[in-house]
Formats: sequence, structure tokens, C-alpha cells
Amino acid sequence: MTATRVLHLTVNGTRRSVAIEPHRPLLDVLREELDLTGTKECCAVGECGACTVLVDGRAVNSCLVLAVEVAGATVTTVEGLAPGPDRLSRLQDAFLERGAVQCGFCIPGMVVSARYLLATNPSPTVEEVREALSGNLCRCAGYNRIVDAVLAAARAEH
Amino acid sequence: MSAGPPERGSAAEAGAVGASARRLGGHERVTGAQKFLADLRLDDLLHVKLVTVDCARARIDRVDAGAALAHPGVVDVITADDLPKPMPRFGPAFADRPVLAAGETAYHGEPVAAVAATSRDAAEAGARLVAVEHEVLPAAVTIRDALDPRAPLVQDPSLRPGDPLAGTNVLRERRYGWGDVDAEAADLVIEHTYRFPMVTHFAIEPHGAIAAVDDGGLTFWSPVQHPYLLQRMMAELFSLPLAKVRVVAPDPGGGFGGKQNPKFEPLLAFLAMRTGRPCRLVLTLEETFQAVRRAAAEIRVRSGFTADGRIRFHDIQSDYLLGAYADIAERVVAKSNYLACGPYRVPSARVRARAVLSHTTPSTAFRGFGTPQITWAVESQLDEAARRLGLDGLSIRLRNLAAKGEPVVPGDVPADGHWAQSVRKAAEAVGWGAPLPPGRGRGIACGIKAGATTGLSYATVRLLFDGSVLVLAGTSDMGQGARTIFAQIAAGELGVPLDRVRVVMGDTTIVPFDLQTSASRSTVFMGTAILRACDDIQRQLRELAADRYGVDRDAVAVERGRVRVGARQVPVVEVVQAGLGRLRGELIGNGVMRKTDVPDHPLGGDAAFYEFNCTAFEVEVDTDTGELLIHRHVTVGDVGRALNPLQVESQDEGAAIMGLGHALMERLVLDDLGRIRNLGALDYRIPTTKDVPSELRALMVENQDGPGPYGSKGVAEGGLLCTAPALAAAVTQATGAVIRDLPLTPERVWRQLHEPGPA
Repeated sequence: MTATRVLHLTVNGTRRSVAIEPHRPLLDVLREELDLTGTKECCAVGECGACTVLVDGRAVNSCLVLAVEVAGATVTTVEGLAPGPDRLSRLQDAFLERGAVQCGFCIPGMVVSARYLLATNPSPTVEEVREALSGNLCRCAGYNRIVDAVLAAARAEH
Repeated sequence: MSAGPPERGSAAEAGAVGASARRLGGHERVTGAQKFLADLRLDDLLHVKLVTVDCARARIDRVDAGAALAHPGVVDVITADDLPKPMPRFGPAFADRPVLAAGETAYHGEPVAAVAATSRDAAEAGARLVAVEHEVLPAAVTIRDALDPRAPLVQDPSLRPGDPLAGTNVLRERRYGWGDVDAEAADLVIEHTYRFPMVTHFAIEPHGAIAAVDDGGLTFWSPVQHPYLLQRMMAELFSLPLAKVRVVAPDPGGGFGGKQNPKFEPLLAFLAMRTGRPCRLVLTLEETFQAVRRAAAEIRVRSGFTADGRIRFHDIQSDYLLGAYADIAERVVAKSNYLACGPYRVPSARVRARAVLSHTTPSTAFRGFGTPQITWAVESQLDEAARRLGLDGLSIRLRNLAAKGEPVVPGDVPADGHWAQSVRKAAEAVGWGAPLPPGRGRGIACGIKAGATTGLSYATVRLLFDGSVLVLAGTSDMGQGARTIFAQIAAGELGVPLDRVRVVMGDTTIVPFDLQTSASRSTVFMGTAILRACDDIQRQLRELAADRYGVDRDAVAVERGRVRVGARQVPVVEVVQAGLGRLRGELIGNGVMRKTDVPDHPLGGDAAFYEFNCTAFEVEVDTDTGELLIHRHVTVGDVGRALNPLQVESQDEGAAIMGLGHALMERLVLDDLGRIRNLGALDYRIPTTKDVPSELRALMVENQDGPGPYGSKGVAEGGLLCTAPALAAAVTQATGAVIRDLPLTPERVWRQLHEPGPA
């Protein structure tokens, strides 16, 4: 076992400190050490997007990021998107309203990727939404309702 | 008697059947609160990693766990020597799958041993340290190889006592037919071979399970689609009473059939018994690809038609490539090939369908249950006949389609829908007959699948003292939205707002028996059981009201959440509280739907309903690259009644895109050692947001003519039954190229355009 080091970072608005080995991916540390199981593991090679989180506001595949790389950073997971307990962001609400959610396993990554898109491009076109979500695989849906939900949320936020 | 639709504008109406009510469990899914299997935390948990060898078939000479056991964190290593002798075997239809490879591995990824450790890292390190001395043996990994008389046998004949095919790799041959194919006069005879690739489910949630020893028995946590099957199989394997085997089934993150049957739970149970700790296995995506797939197929069809396009006969030799263990794959072959001739009037038929074993990943149930493969072949024959006879794909289908009440298999359940309506709706939606821009083509195809042929579902509904409701239903909600429609049914029948209904699933100690979640059966079977449980509650309400108001039970009616006694209308909750009194309590209703065997039926029973689908495309082909641009993709299902239209459309869209997957891009590639070369998401491509057609429409026909609640039928497999032949027909119209092997990759399309094979 390699020596651990203490990692300090801000997750969903809260300062966290955790002792970890340097080879641990951020995904693993979020799920196992910080008990934030909303972010999912699927392909582990950065293709499927199920592990998407925001690091300093940018969407990343957390399976490909070593936790030690984000020391001192601000991380947002799906658990940090809602404005309060028992409430939903407009984006989350749009996903439910538009029927974008089926089994739900891809949804945390989808919603985080969509959050990043809208933060950088508040009025995306259909093509821009598809491009932005092209790294998030879904096997249940036809994707269209997910795209609709993002567009609806974009309109609602304006 | 059902209560019927609630009053317009009422809270009950918003959630009732026919409304696109919000998905139950949706809130948890968009916030990350939903707990899937890998999210569960148990004290003292051990992490398990499988040990495999890097080929399909190897003789295992020695397994040395010494170095692994010495690794920090490793608690146990289990090998075949640690298991009872003879090796315990299990399976839903044949008990052929060993808990660990017995003497020889039979497919790439079959576990030879397993390591349990205190962390994932330690388990993985330990697994790498297990030394497996083995000798690579020749493997049969294609249909041709497996059928070769000199082929190595995939299964030891001693596993199939009394089976005349035991010395071959043919697990079973099914023969169906009627009329006299050889006596049919036909103006046109067409004969071709069609190929369907090996594809995998690729649910976004990889497989996994947890087993623990508990209270003199075993508890399993598994996103299994059939919790009660897992319970029964584990009780039998470990000689435990059912009451001592508990299955907790978290909602699967996608199943599509791949999570129906137990795979690694027995191994985990042995580890849990040895270590005294809960043991958890979560597969990587690569390991998941090695665990489940759809059967590949090679299907030769000889079809006869009259000059005006009527089918005279189909003569079909259908070979499906199964894996090393039968799982439920023989049933896949039997059920789909029973309806090989499709939803048409076919005077004569001969179908010989073989389930062929091979040294590959065991094929299992996968949405469509064998139907996409046979439909690819037989629908393509129809299109060729149309081209040769000067008809089009629409007219030849309408000419031959069985009308409602006409047989599709003589003597069996006749067509149960006005299928021509769906076909016309699809044709209209795709713009059939409108002038085609240059470089484009249109195609249309039909698919039919039998719903469940037998089945059993129990449901319990508890009407609580304040009028809120619990529904206990053993279905698995893997995204299709079962939980939501069950709540809608109870809400409508008992007149309760949807947000006061809670559905409890996924625990065999709490929820009564359900046979399985498969075959699009749950709307019909569990839905009916819930309806009947609500009827039971309504009967009890009538008794309470009769007592309370001093009238005859027959003078009381229960509808739309109100109890009517003569001119009085009293809310249900008032009757409950007044009737039950100071001690409070609840009303418990039970319902059952049972469909029993039909003796001598080749499938054990006849279909409860048919899923019928018509799919149509308008496509443009880039002749320089072979890429397809799908302008329009339409899918129409004959659904009976959509209990939740939004969910039906969502599922049909998902099925349509999944169909595009096997039609355009998916296939597992094996090398000559039988190893899958494109494991994982980098090399196995499924549709992304950029692969969605320019226009995708999921439509439905609702004639309230199904056997389920309010006239519903099962849905959600239809959308991928005939995607491939409809798409190929469009490609042919656009380019003249005829392709009979899937997937229609750009390379394959390009080659057919520029280096065409024989016509």
C-alpha cells in the first residue's frame, strides 16, 4: 500500500479533507471516501460520461482524473446541483417534465454535462446540445427527450 | 369492477391511467439519491474480483493462490477445489452453468477463481497474483466451427443424459410448420442467407451483486430482473427453505434482458459462507460484455410468392449461435422462430431452428428475445419479392398482413390487433409515396413478438387509515416505468392522488411472488393483479359501508374514490376511518393474475398478446463514404392502451435507437482464440446523441383491445424488432445495393456499392 496524502478540496460547497493514496481516481474518492454515490462508474475509460463532474466549473470525466490533481479545487457533483433539500434546479425539473429519465444511471452525468453547457452557452442550438452531450451515453432513451429537457431549461433560465 | 377514469380536473385525474404522470423515482434519479447496486454500503463488506484466463477455452491444470493470499488485504481465494463435488451447476432452463469453470474454461471471461479482499485495489492485485497454469485448447466460436463434426464439444455429453444431440454442439433443434411447402406453386422463389451479429446489452450500469450469510440463510442484493427466480435457484442450490433466502433487488440501471438470470450470485454465496462477511462483486464494463450478449444468427430463407405478391411459403433454416451455457437462450430460439413467418397470412411454412452452443459468452435474453434476428431475414425477403414483382414495401405488406382475428400460426392465437392501422400510420408519418429527393430511399417493415405465454403475478395493495396507499409488486423497474403505472392504476381505482401512493418493490421477504420481469408482461400481468387487489379493497369498502350505513352490500358502489350509498357520496377515507374505528388499521387487498400452461403447445402456452410494430425510414446514403444520414425514423406500436403515454413513447424511442445500434454499428469482434477484441466503450460503439435521426417519431395505435388493464398490451420491445430490415430496404431503394449481413457499417455499405458481391 502506498503512503497516503491528505487531499483538501471543496465539494458541493463544503470543504472536505481526506487521506488517500495518490493513484485513486477522483470518481473513486467521491464515491468511496466522501460517500457521494450519485456520480456513477461505467466504462472507466472516459467514453461514457457517467462519471462526469464539474471541477472549477468545467465538466470532466472523473474516472480519468486523479484525485490528487484536484487538490484545492472546487468540485460539483450531481448532489450539488439542487438549490436546496427536496428542491430541484430548473434543469433537473426539466429532465423529469420532459420524460428524459428512464433507468436513471446515465442521468447524473447527463445533468452535470448539461449544467456545464448552459453555464458556458446559455442559449444553445439543438446541434450544440447534441455535441455537448455526445460524450454521455444512454442506452434507455432515444436522446431526444434529454436534448428537449436541456433546451427547455435553457429557455426557462432566460 | 374497475372504477373508470376519475373526474376531470381532479387531483386523481392528474395521476391516473392515461396521463403522462411524472415518473416515480424520477426525483431520486436526477439528484443522484437513487441507490443502485454499486451504491449500497454494508458493514464488513469484502470486495471480489474474478480470475480469468486470456482465451476462450483452456484446460485448467493448477490454480496457485499462495501469492494472492499473502497480499495485504486479501482475505480469501476460492477455486474449483474449494467447491462441492461434483461442481454445482445452475441455470434457468438447464442446470449447466458451473459456479466456477470446472476443469476447462468454456468462454473468454469465465471465472476460474475469485479473490475476496478488504478493498477493490487489494482484490484486483490479488487476482493478478493468482497463478493459473493452463493449456489453451481449440475453441469453436462460429456457427460453422461449432457445427463441424470434428468440432470440440462445448458441453460434456454427461450433462445432457438421454439427449440424442448430446454428442454435438446443437443444444436443440425446433421444427415448426404447417401446410406443405413442397407442394406450393409459386411464381417467384427467392432464397438467401442473412446474418445478424453478436451484440451486447451495454446497460450503462455494469453487472454486480452482493451475497451475505444471514439468520441461518442467505441474503442477496442483485439488480436481477427475476428476484423470485434467483431466490428459488439459490434455495435449491444451497438446500435452504425459500423463507431463508432473501433477495433484495435494487432498480437496475438498465437491464434489457441481460439482468434476468443469476450469474455470479452462487459464487458470492460460497465466498460469503467461507468468510462470514458480505461479499460484493461489481463487474467492469469489459467484464459485463463477457457476461451477457444476444445470440448471433445465420438464417437461410427460401420463400415463394405469387406474381401479385402473395406469400405462398417460407422454408427457413435458422441457426442461432448461443454461448457456452444455455441460460435462457434455447427458449429465445424456440419462441422467436415459432413466429418466424411474421404477422402475415402464410399458407405453408417449414421452420427448422437450431440453438448452437459455442465457446463464447453465454447469450441470454435481450429485448426482442430472438425476434430481431429472424425478422431481419424474413422481412428482407419480402422487400426483395416486392422489388422483383414491381410492388413496393408497403403494398406487399398490406397485401399479406393478417387481419385481426386471422391466424398467424394456424390453430394458435390469431392476430389481436388491427395491424394495418399501424402500418398505414407509419407509412403516412414517413411520407411514403411522396416524391423522393435524389439520393434518398424509403423502407418499411413489420415485426411481431409473442408476449408472455404463461405467467403468475401477485400484488398486494394496502389502503392505510389516512387514505394513502401502498402497492406491493414484485416487478423490476429498470427504467420502463413499472412503478409509475402501478401507482397510476391504484390511484385511479382508489381515487387517491398519485403522490399519496407508494410502490414497494424489490424485496422477496416483503413483496409477494412475481414470476419475472420480461416479455413485456408487467403491464398486463402485474397491472391486472393490482387491479384485482384494488377490486378486493373495493369489496371490503362496500362491506364496511354496508355495516356503517345499515344497507345491503349490493346497495353500495365504489367509484372514483367515493363510496356511493343511495344518494349519498362519502369519500373512501371517511368510510375507512368510520368503519375501522378507534383501533385504526388498514384494508389489505390481494390480487393474482395467472396464465397456465397449454398442454402440447410447443412453447408451453399461447401468447397473452402480440407486440406488433411497424418501422419506416427515409434515408440518404453518402456513396463516397457509405455513411447513412437518417432523415426520418418512424416507429408505430399497437399498444392497446398507453397507461402512461410519455413512458410508452420514451421506451419506444429507446428501442428504436437500440435497433439502430445493431442495424448500423454494433458487433462483437472475436479473434481465433475466441477472445472478444472490442471489449468496452472505446471499441464497441453504441448510438450517441450525434447518431440520432434528424426526425425520430414514436407513435402508437390505441384500440383498447389488449388483455391488460383498460385494454392495454405489453410494450417496449416492439421498437427494435424490424429496425434493420426497414433501414436496409431504404438503403436499397436509395442505391440499388442489397445487403444481407448486419451491421450496415459505412465500410459494408461502401463495399456493396463499389465492389458488389453476387446479387
